[in-house]
Amino acid sequence: MSLSMTLHHRTSLRQTVQQSFTMAYRGLLKFRRNPEQLFDVTLQPTLFTLMFTYIFGGAISGDAEHYLPIIIPGVLMQTVITASVATGVQLREDMDKGVFDRFRTLPIARIAPLAGALMADTVRYTIATLVTFVVGYAMGYRPQGGLGDVALAGLLVIVCAFAISWIFAFFGVIARTATSVQGISMLILFPLTFLSNAFVPVNTMPKWLQWFANANPLSHLISAVRELTNSGQIGDEFAISLFAAAVIILLFAPLAVRMYMRKA
Amino acid sequence: MSATAYPGLVTSARRAPSHNDVAIQTQGLVKQFGSHRAVDGIDLTVQTGTVFGVLGPNGAGKTTTVRMLATLLRPDGGRARIFGHDVVKEEHVVRQLIGVTGQYASVDETLSALENLIIFARLLGFSRPAAKRKATELLEQFGLVEAAKRPLKHFSGGMRRRLDLAASLIATPPLIFLDEPTTGLDPRSRAQVWDTIRRLVREGTTVLLTTQYLDEADQLADRIAVIDRGRVIAEGTADELKASVGQSSLHLRLADPEDGARAQAIVARVLRSEATFSPEGKRLVMPVSDPSRIADLLVALKENDVDIVEFSMQKPTLDEVFLALTGHEATPSSEVEDSKGVEQP
Repeated sequence: MSLSMTLHHRTSLRQTVQQSFTMAYRGLLKFRRNPEQLFDVTLQPTLFTLMFTYIFGGAISGDAEHYLPIIIPGVLMQTVITASVATGVQLREDMDKGVFDRFRTLPIARIAPLAGALMADTVRYTIATLVTFVVGYAMGYRPQGGLGDVALAGLLVIVCAFAISWIFAFFGVIARTATSVQGISMLILFPLTFLSNAFVPVNTMPKWLQWFANANPLSHLISAVRELTNSGQIGDEFAISLFAAAVIILLFAPLAVRMYMRKA
Repeated sequence: MSATAYPGLVTSARRAPSHNDVAIQTQGLVKQFGSHRAVDGIDLTVQTGTVFGVLGPNGAGKTTTVRMLATLLRPDGGRARIFGHDVVKEEHVVRQLIGVTGQYASVDETLSALENLIIFARLLGFSRPAAKRKATELLEQFGLVEAAKRPLKHFSGGMRRRLDLAASLIATPPLIFLDEPTTGLDPRSRAQVWDTIRRLVREGTTVLLTTQYLDEADQLADRIAVIDRGRVIAEGTADELKASVGQSSLHLRLADPEDGARAQAIVARVLRSEATFSPEGKRLVMPVSDPSRIADLLVALKENDVDIVEFSMQKPTLDEVFLALTGHEATPSSEVEDSKGVEQP
């Protein structure tokens, strides 16, 4: 009996990328089978944009129309980050299924099942982004930056949401149940989104809170989006947001994969 | 089969690279869940090209053992090699040599059979057209063509199991783990799964099969290891195992239970074996090593006016094998089942 198989000790980068895309394809097929998975990214932005604009608009900017340039980027960020929590929750549910046992016995890169699931969810973030801008437009939001800048702002939000979803993927991997992922994530999500410049100007907050809100990476992301949509500027905030996204991925992607492997 | 899982990997050669033709070798394999030793020092050697049956009741440690060999669980002690490759240190190599079909279908419920197979094939490095071709070919082979496009939610247990088996064969691995492949299946589906396993073996695949049914191990396995409470308590061919409890047993129901002691004496004289009363006390059960002596026994009973109302020959059951080997019955040995519950508190 001759040695007739060439065996490999690890997957190449090209194989890893291809496997991740296959897993993303699997995620997309699941959306098609369960369109209700897209409810949160269509209903939430519609509801929140309407609600926040008419509740806070008068108090903060005098009227709803002047509040739109402030609130649209805020709601956009909040919706997309909430959607990235769902990524972690769904990953946990998925991992409890038998099919993940098969993924674990296949000679594939350990990161592929995680990366694929997260990549597929960028479709959800894209839908959320589109819905938010369209609802805003219908309410009279006319961004001063052109369509190109709005698209670039949307892209920035989607990239950052992908990065942040690695945090929730990490919770998804370490938690025992999907409900607990939801619980932990919401505990982090609420302070982070509300203690920012998303809904109100930071200078109306107490000093100590201003310090936190200004340091909050989400404030930087929102500022970057406002700069782009309202005046077509790409500045420091844009760079800071991308840098923060890169740091999050570099920190949480290896952590999530390591915990995933340990559970295997 | 021209499609290859990896460039340079000749998948048509099912007989894998082997060291001394040993497919699986474990030494003192241990897995501990909290205070419970699910696997307590298992030594196994499985020759390439054979079917090896692991027989034992629920909770004996069968699934835990398979999960360690299939790189799904890390052993707490001992070592295991697949074609000479360590399951811990060379897990990626081992994964290229194995296919796993578990007790729980490892396929995606929300997707169709075709989509499932295409995704697994793509993950294994098949090009898009090759993946589609392979998936279609397997669906035909497993009689799943009509159902190919329906989501699995609507599949029967047997169809799911067949799809699961098909998914394990995409890369034509030289070693397949089948963890209780027919538990919960109806007789017809069971027969289909058995046929598939026999076909695999003819093509040279090595199979490690776990089962609760002696009959299944008997039908399929070349060698059988009986495990109980995480240990191998007996190993041999099916015939050797059955011989250890007598080939078959004769069950007699006496018209008058008062005749019991006399009947026992006659059995001892004619068959030279010891007859015992069944638990409910109505039947007399005795091992029979030479069935041609039964006529003599019946004649002797008749001559001594011991009337019988019923008699039957029964093959040894797993329970009897267990009783003979361990002195206790094949009931679940502890509350902790070796289920998917990898994490124990």
